[in-house]
Amino acid sequence: MKTIDAQDMHYKDLNEIIKELVKSGEDVINLKNVNGQRYIGDNLNGKTKINIEGTPGNDLAAFMDGLTIEVFGNGQDAIGNTMNDGSIIIHGHVGDVVGYGMRGGTMYIENDAGYRVGIHMKQYKDKIPAIIIGGTPGDFFGEYMAGGCMIVLNLKNKKDIVGEYCGTGMHGGVIYLRGDVEDYKLGKEVIKEDATDDDLKVISKYVKNFSSYFDYDFDKIMNHKFIKLHPAGSRPYEKLYA
Amino acid sequence: MSLNYLTPEFKVLRDYDRCINCKVCMRQCANEVHSYDEDLDKMIADDYKCVNCQRCVVMCPTHALTIIKHPQVFRENANWTYDAIRDIYRQAETGGVLLSAMGNDRPYPIYWDKMVINASQVTNPSIDPLREPMELKIFIGRKPDKIELDENLNVKTKMPPQLKLNFPIMFSAMSYGSISYNAHASLARAAKELGIYYNTGEGGLHKDFRKYGENTIVQVASGRFGVDREYLKTAAAVEIKIGQGAKPGIGGHLPGEKVSEDISETRMIPVGSDAISPAPHHDIYSIEDLSQLIYSLKEATDYKKPVGVKIAAVNNVAAIASGIARAGADYIAIDGFRGGTGAAPKRIRDNVGIPIEFAIASVDSRLRSEGIRHTISLVAAGSIRNSADIIKAIALGADAVYIGSAALIAIGCHMCQQCNTGKCNWGIATQDPNLVKRLNPEIGYKRLINLITAWGHEIQEMLGGMGINDIESLKGNRLMLRGIGMTQKELDILGILAAGE
Repeated sequence: MKTIDAQDMHYKDLNEIIKELVKSGEDVINLKNVNGQRYIGDNLNGKTKINIEGTPGNDLAAFMDGLTIEVFGNGQDAIGNTMNDGSIIIHGHVGDVVGYGMRGGTMYIENDAGYRVGIHMKQYKDKIPAIIIGGTPGDFFGEYMAGGCMIVLNLKNKKDIVGEYCGTGMHGGVIYLRGDVEDYKLGKEVIKEDATDDDLKVISKYVKNFSSYFDYDFDKIMNHKFIKLHPAGSRPYEKLYA
Repeated sequence: MSLNYLTPEFKVLRDYDRCINCKVCMRQCANEVHSYDEDLDKMIADDYKCVNCQRCVVMCPTHALTIIKHPQVFRENANWTYDAIRDIYRQAETGGVLLSAMGNDRPYPIYWDKMVINASQVTNPSIDPLREPMELKIFIGRKPDKIELDENLNVKTKMPPQLKLNFPIMFSAMSYGSISYNAHASLARAAKELGIYYNTGEGGLHKDFRKYGENTIVQVASGRFGVDREYLKTAAAVEIKIGQGAKPGIGGHLPGEKVSEDISETRMIPVGSDAISPAPHHDIYSIEDLSQLIYSLKEATDYKKPVGVKIAAVNNVAAIASGIARAGADYIAIDGFRGGTGAAPKRIRDNVGIPIEFAIASVDSRLRSEGIRHTISLVAAGSIRNSADIIKAIALGADAVYIGSAALIAIGCHMCQQCNTGKCNWGIATQDPNLVKRLNPEIGYKRLINLITAWGHEIQEMLGGMGINDIESLKGNRLMLRGIGMTQKELDILGILAAGE
């Protein structure tokens, strides 16, 4: 285990140290006083666990392929950009464009998320990325979504479980909402249904992790109606062209 | 079904004195134009299906075939042209957006052809490249503000990462999906042999081509297809694709029927699923956001690889290029409005964007006036047709050019502009295995080497004629150009004098 005080460090210097430690196979890295440093975990692979105290900057875990990053605080924008594998746990809120083009791994967010979460998330064979949000996300949730799984728990029971334009252009993957959503908020490519028993099995798997990471009562979360959003087809624009 | 008003565009002329009913034409045509009529005991053709790709013409062993523009005309009308009427028929029939392929084919002025190149006479003698050294090598990448030397006169300054090119030419981004495996194989191998670079486009890098990594530029586009650690590690440089000259401002879309097993693996998406590249990167809404992705990729590649940005040439290209330079990019690729494509909405291809000639000149001037020209290399694209176009592009201010269409023509493209149909009879813009195998990469890569080598010689000859022995000395040297038949405004934007001045 290594502990680094990131106070007043430029991201380039901080990330250089982290890269070396991850390369050397360090099992746990504790980062203290992180204050907006970008690109932590960028394009790294391995089994290292990085614990972050403070607020990491944009593009946390971009292109990441392995690793576990746990943030004891809020996250900012573009977390998990094009991430391939690994796990991210955020004890707080996150900003915009989280999970853009994410292809694998999991992301657990305790509270709310900003706009444009899970845009163009995709899956390939056994790689199925997942984002679980304890609060609610903003507009354009799952826009162009091409694969993977996103779950919104809305644990504070806010009126709007998602923002507008949810799933616009969606052509793959699945979104589960713990609660209902008005049709006008959904992209025209999206079909809304009640979650089936099979769906609930998938949801349970992720909610179990969520409950243990953030210390919530699993049964309480699951004792609620879930709905499922999925695309009408994998070819949304098939008939667009002459 | 309502009556289809379309008449054939082309007419297949068969010389029956020569035709031996061998059916080669029938087997060669993926559009199923030719067939054998048993009752008549002769080959017949369905003109409606012909796209004039000339595969049958070339393959016919007795040279019995000729394709001509169909003589059927509408009543002459300068306003309602043949194309204008046909397009309406097609849209009224289908209700669809018109698709087209390859570059803008409208008769806009081609400014390359309105510029002429200087040569030395008497003073500043010309150089004979056959007998004297002539440098075509260039480096793509950010150059330092100054060079510092130590006491032994060794360079102390740490150079930012550079791509070294033996010719000021690279193969433009064309994705696996839009073009075939064998087309990629030809480009990759030629790039390696020539000491230049090819560009994967946004469709990922096939695992077979990782061995060409040192000569590969990989793209990161809004769809992020195939982008992973291996991809970034393999590449010599990473290019963020913002836009493309044939379709500025809109995204890409590889239809599901082209997403085969192999393409699915390369793009890392399920077989048969549409591969949609959204119009914008939804994480980039500003120069600051672009800078974030540039540095994200630099962090990912340990600051060892150039990170470039490709944009389409549009009205504000100079200001955007300045922003891109300041955002930290190592090179900017600008694609003019005649740039090619595997598929683009016809109206966009034919009407959006500006000519690359103006874009190069205005970007180069802008960056110079801001004192940041050295901080970024400029790669020009969008219909470079020959070595003279390259000389003109570099004299206007480009560091190098990208060629796409020209490279495809070298390996057999006949410019039928039907790439989007996936029925390329030349094995280039198709994923049909029976068509793909018609393009032999063993021959393809040699033809590309021939083309670039020939252009290299021509560039050397033209440089020598100007009394210049290094392509770098031509860069932005606009005094070497003169304009013919242009307005004063056009000359001013290009920053050149009129012929005779």
